[in-house]
Amino acid sequence: MLEVRGINKSFGPVHVLRDVALTVRSGEVTALVGDNGAGKSTLVKCIGGIYPIDNGEILVDGKPVHIHSPRDAAGLGIEIVYQDLALCDNLDIVQNMFLGRERRRGIVLDEPSMEHLAEQTLASLSIRTVSSVRQAVASLSGGQRQTVAIAKAVLWNSRLVILDEPTAALGVAQTAQVLELVRRLADNGLAVVLISHNMNDVFAVSDRIAALYLGQMVAQVKTTEVTHAQVVELITSGKSGTIA
Amino acid sequence: MTRAKEILRTPTMVTFGALLLIIAAFSIMAPGLFNTPGNFLQLAQNVAILTVVSVGTTFVIITAGVDLSIPSGIVLGEVFAVHALEMVGGLDTQPGEVHIGYVFAALGGAILAGLSIGAINGIVVAYMKVPPLLATLGTLGAGLGVALILQNGVNTSTYALDPIGHGSWIAGVPNLIPIALIIVVAGYVLLHMAVFGRHTFAIGSNPEAARRVGINVERHLLKVYLIGGVTAGFAGFLSVAYFSTTSIGGHSTDNLQAVTAVALGGTSLFGGVGSIIGTLIGVWIPAVLKNGFVINGVQPYWQDVAVGLVLIVAVWLDQLRRRSRNRG
Ligand SMILES: Nc1ncnc2c1ncn2[C@@H]1O[C@H](COP(=O)(O)OP(=O)(O)OP(=O)(O)O)[C@@H](O)[C@H]1O
Ligand SMILES: [Mg+2]
Repeated sequence: MLEVRGINKSFGPVHVLRDVALTVRSGEVTALVGDNGAGKSTLVKCIGGIYPIDNGEILVDGKPVHIHSPRDAAGLGIEIVYQDLALCDNLDIVQNMFLGRERRRGIVLDEPSMEHLAEQTLASLSIRTVSSVRQAVASLSGGQRQTVAIAKAVLWNSRLVILDEPTAALGVAQTAQVLELVRRLADNGLAVVLISHNMNDVFAVSDRIAALYLGQMVAQVKTTEVTHAQVVELITSGKSGTIA
Repeated sequence: MTRAKEILRTPTMVTFGALLLIIAAFSIMAPGLFNTPGNFLQLAQNVAILTVVSVGTTFVIITAGVDLSIPSGIVLGEVFAVHALEMVGGLDTQPGEVHIGYVFAALGGAILAGLSIGAINGIVVAYMKVPPLLATLGTLGAGLGVALILQNGVNTSTYALDPIGHGSWIAGVPNLIPIALIIVVAGYVLLHMAVFGRHTFAIGSNPEAARRVGINVERHLLKVYLIGGVTAGFAGFLSVAYFSTTSIGGHSTDNLQAVTAVALGGTSLFGGVGSIIGTLIGVWIPAVLKNGFVINGVQPYWQDVAVGLVLIVAVWLDQLRRRSRNRG
């Protein structure tokens, strides 16, 4: 669904991404792994239109596309759940889910229809942990906030959802819930990219694993064809003696 | 949580309760003097101009900003209004004469002044990233200076705007009251019912989140400061209409009065929280206190003391709420 070819990105003298290539397929969870500072979040922000790329190509369904802003990415059906979530604490769940894409009737906001759609989306993802969609996001737990951020991403008939460390701050039960949700997205036919440092999570839900090492893509393999130890080796040293 | 506690946690309800208490107390202390329709109409007329600028200030403060340049916006609005009148030859309109063209010329001048100072504030804050406190402190001084230069330091009087400042389109109700009410309703719709207001809250809550969903944060902030400037300029127009003269040495504490009203109304100076209705209540509390003290023969200066204390308590309550929420 999405293909990235030869992407380079520097921040001043720091060359963060070097000729990065990545292929993401619909109906699959692709795990993006790599050590702290490997460039995972930067790659995602390039795809999401937050950072301009220095050079390289992004293709959607085989066609080259230009993404200059978050709106461009959204227009292509690409939604990103960022590491810091980027929710507005003072706004409620509905307001957050529709932020920047509010529904209107004439000049005023169409609150009932937004509320209805938000509830529908949460229900379609079998999210039952939030009692009211009119709760302020500040009052939610970490896991609930994560679910809201994910629901926000799938509200828009999105085709590719990228999640940057969605389980990093969560307890065991909430992690399981979020992973289950991630799997369900892929089973519904979406392309999913999951960034995680947790090998258990990666092996639990992913179909493929892509490993970044110091800004270079060092491997893209099927999850069933590798072991924990091999992936850890890729992350820490950029190579694995046992993978060609 | 019980209903009562829920209501107590809503800042607007707390200040509204305080206002009702104050009104009740003065009504008991001075029956037949304080609680008369005439007195309330007088009060509404007195607060009309402050209400207009406070609506603009509410938008600015919800973005976690502040606009200290309100006095210069008002005074420049007055000065541009009379200069516009001079250009169209309407300055010497006699009392009783009505020339709608002159009124619109003055209005145009005042709005232009407001747009100018709002645009400067917005560009400096949003694009040059100067902290709003200092940016608007700068335009406060500079704007007042320009006003004094344009006027050579003396005021200009005119009766051309009498139809606005002294008439009653609605029998018995001074015009300033419906005018302020229109601004309040417009502000309410824009802030609480339109996309614009939603984005204003979002930017005050988490500007990065707003940017991530594709909101042009800088352009939106510019528009918010334009609203602040235009309401100040319009207030200047109303001021000339009401006092029949510019007041280049006046309005010097209008910025602090507006911030006080907005904060009393439960709008958080940290951004992301606020309401137009709260601001309306916040405008009334100081005015009612002053009026009640005068009627009861208390030195009116006690109003300043009381408002100061109420303000501190209101902001302290807001802090408590934020802390308990962050812990939760
Ligand atoms: N805006 C920026 N300006 C300068 N350098 C940056 C910027 N963003 C990221 N970097 C640098 O780019 C490198 C990669 O950062 P990135 O956040 O993409 O890593 P990551 O793989 O997501 O790490 P983590 O697992 O810790 O989230 C780091 O060395 C970081 O310091
Ligand atoms: Mg990261």
